Amino acid sequence: MGDWKTITVPALSSASKIAYQNTSEKKMSPSSLNMQQVLCSPLPSYKSMHSFFSAFCTEENVEQSISYLNRELTTLGFPSLYSECKDKELNVVSVLNCMNELLVLQRKNLRAQEEVEIQHLKLGSDMDHLQNCYAKVKEQLEASRREIVGLQERDRQQQCKNRNLHQLLKNEKDEVQKLQNIIASRATQYNHDMKRKEREYNKLKERLHQLVMNKKDKKIAMDVLNYVGRVDGKRGAWKTGKTEARNEEEMYKVLLGGYEQRQKQLLVENAELKKVLQQMKKEMISLLPPQKQKPKERAEDGIGPVLSDMEEDAVELNKENMWELSCETVREQLTNSIRKQWRMLKNHVEKLDNQVSRAHSGALNGSDVISREDHELETEKLELEIQQCKEMIKTQQQLLQDCYLLEERERLQEEWKLFREQKKNFERERRSFTEAAIRLGLERKAFEEDRGAWLKQQFLSMTSDHKNSEHVKTPSAYSGSSDPDNQLMNFRSRQKKPHCLPSVHPSEDLCQTIQHIPPNSNSSVVLNKTTEDSKPKQWKGLNKAETE
Amino acid sequence: MNFSEVFKLSSLLCKFSPDGKYLASCVQYRLIIRDVNNLQILQLYTCLDQIQYIEWSSDSLFILCAMYKRGIVQVWSLEQPDWHCKIDEGSAGLVASCWSPDGRHILNTTEFYLRITVWSLCTKSVSYIKYPKACQHGIAFTKDGRYMALAERRDCKDYISLFVCSDWQLLRHFDTETQDLSGIEWAPNGCVLAVWDTCLEYKILLYSLDGRLLSTYSAYEWSLGIKSVAWSPSSQFLAIGSYDEKVRILNHVTWKKITEFEHPVTIANPKIIVYKEMEKSTRVETESLAFPPARAQASSLFSTQSKYDISQVPVTLQYVKPVTDRANPRIGIGMLAFSPDNCFLATKNDNIPNAIWIWDVQKLKLFVVLEQLYAVQLFQWDPRQPRLAICTGNSKVYLWSPAGCVSVQVPMEGDFQVLSLCWHSSGDSMALLTSGFLEVWKSLQPHFHYMNMI
Repeated sequence: MGDWKTITVPALSSASKIAYQNTSEKKMSPSSLNMQQVLCSPLPSYKSMHSFFSAFCTEENVEQSISYLNRELTTLGFPSLYSECKDKELNVVSVLNCMNELLVLQRKNLRAQEEVEIQHLKLGSDMDHLQNCYAKVKEQLEASRREIVGLQERDRQQQCKNRNLHQLLKNEKDEVQKLQNIIASRATQYNHDMKRKEREYNKLKERLHQLVMNKKDKKIAMDVLNYVGRVDGKRGAWKTGKTEARNEEEMYKVLLGGYEQRQKQLLVENAELKKVLQQMKKEMISLLPPQKQKPKERAEDGIGPVLSDMEEDAVELNKENMWELSCETVREQLTNSIRKQWRMLKNHVEKLDNQVSRAHSGALNGSDVISREDHELETEKLELEIQQCKEMIKTQQQLLQDCYLLEERERLQEEWKLFREQKKNFERERRSFTEAAIRLGLERKAFEEDRGAWLKQQFLSMTSDHKNSEHVKTPSAYSGSSDPDNQLMNFRSRQKKPHCLPSVHPSEDLCQTIQHIPPNSNSSVVLNKTTEDSKPKQWKGLNKAETE
Repeated sequence: MNFSEVFKLSSLLCKFSPDGKYLASCVQYRLIIRDVNNLQILQLYTCLDQIQYIEWSSDSLFILCAMYKRGIVQVWSLEQPDWHCKIDEGSAGLVASCWSPDGRHILNTTEFYLRITVWSLCTKSVSYIKYPKACQHGIAFTKDGRYMALAERRDCKDYISLFVCSDWQLLRHFDTETQDLSGIEWAPNGCVLAVWDTCLEYKILLYSLDGRLLSTYSAYEWSLGIKSVAWSPSSQFLAIGSYDEKVRILNHVTWKKITEFEHPVTIANPKIIVYKEMEKSTRVETESLAFPPARAQASSLFSTQSKYDISQVPVTLQYVKPVTDRANPRIGIGMLAFSPDNCFLATKNDNIPNAIWIWDVQKLKLFVVLEQLYAVQLFQWDPRQPRLAICTGNSKVYLWSPAGCVSVQVPMEGDFQVLSLCWHSSGDSMALLTSGFLEVWKSLQPHFHYMNMI
């Protein structure tokens, strides 16, 4: 707004007098005073100015007015109107200067006045605004005051209600207590009455009992055809101290049996639960990553050594199978260790949760992306490896197959060789055998002829010898031995020949191979068999051949 | 389906023998013993008065018939039909009668629970036990028959006496911390005895065989307490049904509650199968009717077929609001039974009388709910396999097994109501009892046969 400067504009004499009078009468603030002055004294119009100005200086009082003006101007700090050298002579230059100065001053004043007016307006509007605000605030204050009053009123009512309810509750409680007391007293009364009645009743019962017993009612009896045997077949026993003791014993046995069974069940259950706990502990230990312990040793100060303790404990427990015992310390150890593990697991899971939530918020996005890429690279690598491995396997399989083929071919070739050799051998043998067979056939023929001749001889000799039967009574076998021996010798000698000739393998293969020879040499087979036999059998073989 | 013919029966007295060979039934004062396979009458005994109770001895050689009005118990032998035995309590009166586990002693409870007389069939001895407790389950035998627990009351205090059944020697006698003992039951392993208090106080005590208190369990105070109790066959669990419509299961190791089974009116869990019995309307073709109508046709005309449908969860069951100003209200778990293989527990909430809840014991969760058209009268597990037979007082019997459930119409003349049933010990047949008749369902096939017939 700027500072208010009191600028007293000297008004013209008469007008000024009036103005001054006016101003001296009204005791207002300097600002308003000036404002009034300014307002009251706007720049008059030309004509009025003219008249106004002519009122001050006329032709008569020029000197006076000049001296007055000079006086005024010098007091205001302007240079003197009079010239320096000559007194009472108007210095036109200084007059003009003074006039200019006055004009400038006037303009400055006008400007200042304008400014002041603007500021005045501004202040007026501010004032209005402030007054409005004040009015509003006052209204608000009033409203809030009223609200407060209302709320206080409501609060009071609620308090009242609360108190009432408390009172009611207390009344109810009192009533309940009273009723309970009443019930208790009534119960005692009823009990007392009941007891009294019961005593009376007991007396009656006693009386009745006496009567019943005294009457010795013959009717009260059991009429039974014959007594039945006991269930267990034994006779009844007297009641003695022994039986009593035995009964007590039985009873305690039954009880103990029940307790033992229960204890067994509980032990089994306990063992199972302990096992489960142990398992859980192991699983928890395995779940917790062991790496985490190193960097976080500071934070989880006691847990590192604790974990090692736990491990030791676990090892101890497992080693010594102490969990089978049910002593307090073992139980405590187990439960404590489980609790600790559980806490660690919980912490771990919480940390993971936090990590996950942080990751979700985007802080660790990059690492995720990278890890995915890595993952993909790795999978590609692995796939390549798989491919390579597959190819390798295929080639190896082929190679193996080739090897096998080669091996087999070689084997086959060897076998072919063997086969061919054997074939040759067989051919040779066959040829030799056929020759032998032919020879044998021829010899057989000869033998048959010889035999026939010998039989004839024998027969003839028998008929002739019959007459001389005394000294020759040996069985035909022996009697004919000399001659057949001879024959045999002949045969043998002849037979021996075929023995020497073929390269006889005294093995079964020979027999078999010979069997494969076409059937026309059947006889040779039989003969061969016979040739292999020993001497007495040869004779039998001959007989056989004969009979056949 | 192999149903026998209808036999007469009175007072729903019909029992299979423990060895499974005979079926005993009563008609007025006659006792009829039939062979189980062909239902031929093997023996016929005549008693002195109308029979009110029959019980086989454990070796199936004898059967006792109790006539409470006359105070007489007659015992018959199957081996020797001529043998007879009559026990007359005379002026002492008779309220209850039962066999001892060895099958040679009879325990008679005289009127007003004055005393229990132990009559021996082997010797001439008679024993008296004074001050027995006047409650329904006052005598309990262990499963192996060695020990008997008897509840007594002297001087306004409850006691338990443990006897050795072989010679009736008193082994232990101890007092219980109950107000008014209402039942005792041995665990199947014979080592633990469960003792529970009157319904006015929820308290169950567990005693060991030698009389030591093992544990006490009390779920809540003031409200009505225990209504029914059942041991699991392996003695591992003790199921307690109470008036607050919940079943609590205690475990045998710590005797603490391991779970609670609730029986709400609305079932919302989709994993639970709800079978609802629906009536199938049978169409009657009037042209094909013959006159006079054949018997079978007549009965089928008037009986409505029913079948089971699987309801979609959530299901709201029929709820019966109990009358609050009467004693013994019909609320709470009234029936509890474990299956013989210990896999299932069947319960009935008396607030919702049409439904049976079957719980899977392995998972301790509700498995199946069966919603019937009428209130369930009785259910009983097959003694060999997890198969439940249910009767609701109409002419049908229902079978449930994990494979499914089936509703079977019992072929009988007229309109009758199956009020009770009992299984044969092999699970092969079942006796169905109505108020005047008996019918035996023979050669019950394995369950899947019936599933195909629905």
